Parts: sequence; C-alpha cells; structure tokens
Amino acid sequence: MLDLEQIRRDFPILDQLVNDEPLVYLDNAATTQKPTPVLKAIRSYYQTDNANVHRGVHTLAERATKSYEGAREKVRAFIKAASTEEVLFTRGTTTGLNWVARFSEEILTEGDEVLISIMEHHSNIIPWQEACRKTGAKLVYVYLKEGRLDMDDLKRKLSKKTKFVAITHASNVLGVVNPIKEITALAHEQGAVMVVDGAQSTPHMAIDVRDLDVDFFAFSGHKMLGPTGIGVLYGKKSYLEQMPPIEFGGEMIDFVYEESASFKELPWKFEAGTPNMAGAIGLGAAIEYLEKVGMDVITAHERELMEYVFPKLEAIEGLTIYGTKDLSHRSGVLSFNLGDLHPHDVATALDYEGVAVRAGHHCAQPLLRYLAVPATVRASFYLYNDKADCDKLVEALQKTKEFFNGTF
Amino acid sequence: MALSKLDSLYMAVVSDHSKNPHHQGRLEGVEEIHLNNPTCGDVISLSVQFDDKDRVSDIAFINSGCTISTASASMMTDVVLGKSKAEILELASLFSKMVQGESDKDQEKLGDASFLAGVAKFPQRIKCATLSWNALKKAVETTKKA
Repeated sequence: MLDLEQIRRDFPILDQLVNDEPLVYLDNAATTQKPTPVLKAIRSYYQTDNANVHRGVHTLAERATKSYEGAREKVRAFIKAASTEEVLFTRGTTTGLNWVARFSEEILTEGDEVLISIMEHHSNIIPWQEACRKTGAKLVYVYLKEGRLDMDDLKRKLSKKTKFVAITHASNVLGVVNPIKEITALAHEQGAVMVVDGAQSTPHMAIDVRDLDVDFFAFSGHKMLGPTGIGVLYGKKSYLEQMPPIEFGGEMIDFVYEESASFKELPWKFEAGTPNMAGAIGLGAAIEYLEKVGMDVITAHERELMEYVFPKLEAIEGLTIYGTKDLSHRSGVLSFNLGDLHPHDVATALDYEGVAVRAGHHCAQPLLRYLAVPATVRASFYLYNDKADCDKLVEALQKTKEFFNGTF
Repeated sequence: MALSKLDSLYMAVVSDHSKNPHHQGRLEGVEEIHLNNPTCGDVISLSVQFDDKDRVSDIAFINSGCTISTASASMMTDVVLGKSKAEILELASLFSKMVQGESDKDQEKLGDASFLAGVAKFPQRIKCATLSWNALKKAVETTKKA
C-alpha cells in the first residue's frame, strides 16, 4: 500500500491553487513532478560537490565522478542490466532512439526493412524514416486490433528482411502496454535487432532488460520524477561495441593525435563533452525514491486508479475513450474526447477547474490519423494521484459538458 | 464556480461563429494557404482572391480546430472582405496586439473579431486565435510575389 499522504507531502508543487482551484496534476505522460529528495540531491550536488567528472585530480572532482558514476550504477540496478558498460547517459529518450537509428544506418541496405508500429511517438518514427531514406530500407508499420497492437499483423510483417524492430513499451496516447518480451523473441527469431521506447513504461513498472532480452531500451529521467535533460540508453554490450560514437570531442577519447584519435571504452565512448552531472545525480535520487516506494506498488496503485476512474468516465454520455477497454493491458494513460467538443476547449475548461491535462496530437500524428481523430484529451496518472483526483476529473468533465451545452 | 470565468472567452458571438462559420469552403483557381498549429494539431486551408486593386474580392477557409480557432477564422473572413492588402496587414497587427492584451482605440475596426479580446487572459489559446490571421498574412505575402 502507498502512503499517499506522505507521498503527496514529498511533492510540494501539488499543494497549490490553480485558477483558484486545488491543482489536480494529470499530465504525467508529458512530464512528472519532482519530489523533495530529488530537488535536494541536485541542490546538494551543486552546493557541495560540483566539479567536472573524469578529469580533475582534486577532491571535488573525485566526489563528482563518484556521484555521477554512482547514478549510473543505480540505473543499472533499476533496469537490471548486466553491467554499467551497457548504461549510456543521454539527453532523453529521443536522443537514445536517434543514436540507435544512426547505428542502423551502418547496417541497413536496400531491400532491408525496419518494423515499427502505428502507435509510436514521433521520436520512434522520424529517426527511422531518416535511416530508411538514407539507406533505401523500407519502413513497415504494424497496425492495431481492438485498441491494441495487432500481433498477427506483426507476425505477418516480420521476416528475414526485417533488420530492426522498434516498438514502444507503453503507448503515450492509448495507454496500452505492448508484450515486449514476446515481440523481442519473434524479432530475434528473424535475426532482427529489438529496440524499445521505454519512456512511458519505465516510470510505471519494474523493468528487467535481461528478462525482456531487448537489444536497446531508451527512457527519460523527467517522466520518472527526475530532472529534464537526462535520459538513458541501454544497449547490449555486443551491440554497443560495434556501435560507433555519435558525437566526438572531450571526455570520450583515450589518445588524440593530429590526424586521429582512439576512443574510451564503454560506456564513456558515447558521452562526448561535459555530461549532465546534476541530471544524472537527480535521476539517481529519483530511482532511489521509486525503489523505496516499490515499482510493483506503483503499478498496482495506478491500476487501482484506472479501475476506479475508467467506468466513471465511460458513464459520461458522449465521452469516447481510445484504446483497449481491457485494463490488464493498460497503463495509467487515458485518451478521450467529449462529444463534439474540441480537446483544446475541454482542456481549457478543465484547467479552470484546476485539472491539468494535455490536449493535442501527443506527438503521435500517424496514430491519430489512423484513429481518424484530429486530437484527443489525455489524462495520465502517477503515484501521487489519488481517487479524489479521479473524482475531480470526472466532476470537471461533467461541468465542462454543462458549460458548453449551455452556450454551444 | 471556476468555470464561470470562461464566459469571457466563450461569448455567445464566439459560439455563433464557431457553430456556423462564415465563408467556409474553397475558391476555385486560387492557391490555398495551409497552416497548422503544431502544438495542438489545428489546421486551416485558406483561399483568398484579390481583385486588380489588391482588395479581397472573395475568401474561404476549411479548418479543423477548436472553438476559438474556428470562430476566429470566421470572424476574420467577415472583416477582411473588400479590404486592401495594406488594410489587412493593419487589421492583422491590431488583432495580434489585442489578443496579447494591448488595447487600441482602433480595435473596433476588427468587427466581431474584437470580441476575441478575452483570449488575452488565456495565453495558451492565443495561437488558436491567430492561426487564421497568420494564414491571411501569408496569403498577402505570396500573392505579392506573383
């Protein structure tokens, strides 16, 4: 069980009025709030330990390096990677996926295929579009069935031609969780490299990259209570060894001559320039916080909220929820529309009731085109949300309906 | 309670324009201007026909968007019909200032569009209101080149 009172005290930002109403923050799929221990870790790093890592011989440099590499070890343990050599710090999920797509350009040739799904975020589409454009490989999409990934379609489209499979673990629009372990096994049968966008799963469920057997797995710190500007790309050592650095410069080199240079070993060969030290340390603190609460407890809590709010939302006449109704395949993300009301109008109305949701295409234009909706409202939950937040959302939606029915 | 504050944004005249937008459609033989608002996915296709004196002789739009962006486009087409390019740019500038909270004595020149002054209190919605005007400015610029 979650100690919700204590948890909410750890997030001072939640305790405020927005438009004279208590804030109900339901935009967690966009970014999450930061608990006091994370803010303290960043502050304390700058106040007492700040120095550049991996170079100075002085004490602060040593402390900064220890903290930075300590954060890497926390990430490794959190996702159960075999070694910190497989944990690369990035700017976020987008950077990680771009790096892998860039690597794919060394492998792909004409006639090869990259298999992605229609529910991907733009950051797991456009890097592959670019890789395919440059190499002549073909981008192939898996479509949906009953609001979930159509596994038959996936099996049909997966072949020896498929060199990379890049699928999101959890959809940022539909909230559906994809069977990554099963897909990975199918991809490997065909000899394809399995790449997973873990931005929407890592914050909400226990991740075991070795159990999933994925080859690459990318996620962002800011969606899991950490700061912005820090993310992680996990890659199997065998692939990372083949993968050339994407950026070159300081920090990632061994010896530099006038005409050439040799690179550091893993993971540092990928981390050119002064890294985001405070970001990594903040992410480390976020992981500590999540682990203290327990990832399984968080998953169960969000599931409980979904079971509570889903029928209440479905009962609102004219409200359409997108994606599967089977909550066992869903995360805490809900996309919906309210009658003919434009999502933007709904989001403004909810904001005036203190409820923060997102409205728009959620960086998934191909998916929305496929669903034939121009935009949706999205409410996304996290560990600090409670049933009162669910009630407030439902109540605010009813008021919104009345408001617009009255004048529109 | 808090929702009542929305009345300043969603006035009856805004509602009327949004429900029954004026000048909807396409003009034959006129190149359409397509613009979108990437943050929310609103799109507009605007066709503007200028006569030999550079006045708007006909205008039409097709869009997908929220109440504010649809109403704003409809109001805009009403007010710019018959206006010269110079007058259009002046109106566009008035409108842009108005929705950012700057009042101007000439604001009434905007006709119904002046009722969108309340948008200034909703900064997240300014882009909804200005999408159609930006498309119009683009139309003025591109036909200049032709």
